[in-house]
Amino acid sequence: MIDFYVDRTGSVPAYAQLVQQVREALRLGLLRTGDKLPTVREVVTSCAVNAATVLKAYRELELSGLVEARQGAGTYISGTLGGSADPAAMDRLRGRLRTWVGDARQAGLEDDDMRALVTSVLAEPPGELSAEQRAAQAQAAREQQNPRSAGPR
Amino acid sequence: MTDVALETRNLGKRYRKLWALKDFSVSLPANKVIALVGANGAGKSTLMSIAAGILPATEGDVRVAGRVVLLSQDKPLYRSFSVTDMLNFGRHMNTVWDQQRALDWLGRFAIPLDRPCGKLSGGQQTQVAMAVALGARPSLLLLDEPLANLDPVARREVTGELLAEVAENDMTVVLSTHVVAELAGVGDHLLLLREGRSTLDGDVDELLSQHARLVGPRADSPPVEGQIVQSGHTERQSTFVVRTLLGPETPMPAQWQAQPLTLEDLVLAYLKAAASGVREL
Repeated sequence: MIDFYVDRTGSVPAYAQLVQQVREALRLGLLRTGDKLPTVREVVTSCAVNAATVLKAYRELELSGLVEARQGAGTYISGTLGGSADPAAMDRLRGRLRTWVGDARQAGLEDDDMRALVTSVLAEPPGELSAEQRAAQAQAAREQQNPRSAGPR
Repeated sequence: MTDVALETRNLGKRYRKLWALKDFSVSLPANKVIALVGANGAGKSTLMSIAAGILPATEGDVRVAGRVVLLSQDKPLYRSFSVTDMLNFGRHMNTVWDQQRALDWLGRFAIPLDRPCGKLSGGQQTQVAMAVALGARPSLLLLDEPLANLDPVARREVTGELLAEVAENDMTVVLSTHVVAELAGVGDHLLLLREGRSTLDGDVDELLSQHARLVGPRADSPPVEGQIVQSGHTERQSTFVVRTLLGPETPMPAQWQAQPLTLEDLVLAYLKAAASGVREL
């Protein structure tokens, strides 16, 4: 069973923190398919957040297919994350990140500087750029999967 | 959309020459936790007392759906009464009484029922007052900083249990507090008072999505349109808290950044703006 906590000092809304913690627990394998999430009442009393906050978090998790609400029985993990992502894609990302970290060290950044940088980039609202990037990524993936359809060279 | 727990129209309250509330019109949603915030003397206690019917308004109307219970800072307990006596008293003073609910609350915090209220710690007294308040099955529970004398751990516990009560019953809680930092995730709805008027009134998540802190090179005005809540300047940098449609998602020109606010940031921005009086909101 996951133990939620709510940090009131940051600018991440409480419901988003709950969603994040479930996602993180899934990535780390602390939560698996079939596990039960705490009831709304349990989260409300243990974290002192209102029910709407918990319901909003659970609804968002449900919409993203990670949990399912069983009538009268509670909310259960029904999906997986991260670990289930394409291992090749994970490797590529990891490799690029390693290169990036190398570059950053070269430029004189310390670990904390990098963390701050990553956090600030993650905090940027998803703008047009990331949509383009996503499109580019999808294109690249398609080409990689069947290179013949990429057109004559 | 939702039902209304408390509605006021042009409500006003005058103490001799001073208006504690003036032209005060709000409509607060039912079954929510409403955070009532404002500087000392902003009119929070006056509003609650009028809503509870223990203070007559000078002008205007107030409408409340269902039973109202007000729990104020000075807890209404008789020092010589045992906790059980206090519950009996509650039963006789109220037309509706839920003894089990009151006992459940006391049980959760292990309050000794046979002890005189005067011999209980401040925190325990708060729990007894809370149990009596909940026993009356209020549709609207007005809490005027009653958690002030609890230690942080107990405060968190009480808040949690209280929120569970809201979730499980048809109850609206109006919580006035100074501890703004603890409101995150607690309040569904924010009502900010300033000098007897409503300055900010709305769903917390909505308000947060409509406000942002803009940081950029020194400028007299922010680079986007919107209501300026607060502004600050250093030699090279300007910071504005603005209310815009898109809040932190507002597209920014180069060199400018839009950051989300915490609930505390938001409240403080409005309170500070009020204190400095630089800008009329």
